[in-house]
Amino acid sequence: MNNIQRRKLINGAVLVLSTMAALLGLFMLVWILGDVGIRGAAAMNWDFFTQLPTPPGTSEGGLANAIVGTALMTLVAALIAVPFGVMAGTYLSEFGRHNTMGTITRFISDILVSAPSIVIGVFVYLILVRSLGHFSGWAGAVALAIIMLPVVSRTTEEMLSLVPPEMREAALALGAPYWKMMLHVIYRAAVAGMITGVMLAIARVAGETAPLLFTGLNSPYWMHSMNEPMANLTVTLFDYAMSPYDDWHTLAWGAAFLITVSVLTVTIFTRLVLRNRSRH
Amino acid sequence: MNRSKTSSIMGDTLFRGLTMTFAAGISLLFVAMIVVLWQQSQLSIDTFGFSFLISDDWNPVTQKFGALIPIFGTLLSTALALFFAIPLSLGIALFLVELAPSWMRTPFGTAIELLAAIPSIVYGMWGLFVLAPLMSDHIQPWLQDHFGFLFIFSGPPMGIGMLTAGLVLALMIIPFIASVTRDVFLMVPQTLKEAAYGLGSTTWEVVKDVMIPYGKKGIAGAVFLGMGRALGETMAVTFVIGNAYHLSWSMFAPGNSIASTLANEFTEADGDLYLSSLIELGLVLFLITFTVLGLAQLWLRRGQGNRR
Repeated sequence: MNNIQRRKLINGAVLVLSTMAALLGLFMLVWILGDVGIRGAAAMNWDFFTQLPTPPGTSEGGLANAIVGTALMTLVAALIAVPFGVMAGTYLSEFGRHNTMGTITRFISDILVSAPSIVIGVFVYLILVRSLGHFSGWAGAVALAIIMLPVVSRTTEEMLSLVPPEMREAALALGAPYWKMMLHVIYRAAVAGMITGVMLAIARVAGETAPLLFTGLNSPYWMHSMNEPMANLTVTLFDYAMSPYDDWHTLAWGAAFLITVSVLTVTIFTRLVLRNRSRH
Repeated sequence: MNRSKTSSIMGDTLFRGLTMTFAAGISLLFVAMIVVLWQQSQLSIDTFGFSFLISDDWNPVTQKFGALIPIFGTLLSTALALFFAIPLSLGIALFLVELAPSWMRTPFGTAIELLAAIPSIVYGMWGLFVLAPLMSDHIQPWLQDHFGFLFIFSGPPMGIGMLTAGLVLALMIIPFIASVTRDVFLMVPQTLKEAAYGLGSTTWEVVKDVMIPYGKKGIAGAVFLGMGRALGETMAVTFVIGNAYHLSWSMFAPGNSIASTLANEFTEADGDLYLSSLIELGLVLFLITFTVLGLAQLWLRRGQGNRR
């Protein structure tokens, strides 16, 4: 009897600890989002979205150039990574399911997904910044694209393999060549899932800072082309948060708020879409 | 008929070749990263050789570069993060699989995964402005009052330092470890669990004696995945680790990690040797994370293989 009581006691203790761990996780999420929300919302005003950064001490500055810069670099990164990743994902799903090439590509993609983004920044610095002699928005976009690429290719693979085999068989039985079947049947069936995968990948890189430190760098001015150092939200946040000025800290919280809200909105929205689809 | 058949075969070969080229591109990119980092760190490798890894002398003025302090900081902050994150993640996974009422599982699971979606720089900023003051004003003095005799709690409570970096890192990797562990737990066949319950086991005994042994490779994979993330994490650590070249076993002391060294010094490095040493530092980080993440993938794959 004593033994049973002891086992029940241990069991109860573990279950309480486990529940506390889960509540702690939820509490931390609310705490961080609460801080970012409260302090960041205070920085939100018309100037924040329309004005250029100003020196510390003048409170009417904004981060308009950084917002545009981040959007532009992310967009260019997507334009590079999406076609590349979709093609690679197609190979993994259609031709490389069981062969060596597929296995190796899958293995390396999964490592690149979690690879340190700062090292990707160093790599792009060496090939695009050092050799050309200047920091540029292009280099920043390429660094972001390298981070997006494995995410896009793996989600494309997953979405394509969710398409029922009957659809392939039907198209092939009608005499369609493989590439036509892919183009007209399989991509169409999987396109919603592929778009959500791309959105998730974009949300991921939109908040990246480390790969931009040595590539896109940062700038307090409006950009004239992608061929020069480019203002962006995350590096601006880093510089401002590390500075000793209170009004720059406020702007940094504003930037954190804007980035977090955008990333979380896209993430939650795409998750809901994915869940509804898998339910059908 | 014949012509369209040949053209469709041509089209298919072309299509296959094209997709294969892009797939190969991913691996080529990876190889190119290692080759470029290796080439560009030659100067540092030739100058310092193996002593680069074990010297704690990092001095741009005298052009002496040893990576011991950043390597030590990277490993220590990661170890601290795992120390906090592993038990918490297992607890969360257990809660999500066995304890939570079913209506609660999805929203709770999503909330935990949302922690992974918050950009790392936001964690860093929060750590610097919210967690660090809390550490220096309350938590660190309390630890010193009660456990001050331990050498790991010596030194002034500054808020920033190894312990704070470890805590922020733990927060960032918990969602990764917890969600993979949850999936591993969910893969345990219902019949195995029911058999153990039928023999009169408590929930904890089922977890300890059935679920964890069944999923141990998957859990190891999850832990290594979190470890790989923590090793390479840059922004969150750079904000709170203190950025000091200082070798100390005290958890309160400021230090440096490989990633934070790169973030702080790379654009300011003047001189080829300085830059080359920083690149070698990047190469070391890349190789460490490659090993850890490679092991994680192997275990996670093999875990799946077992289940089929």
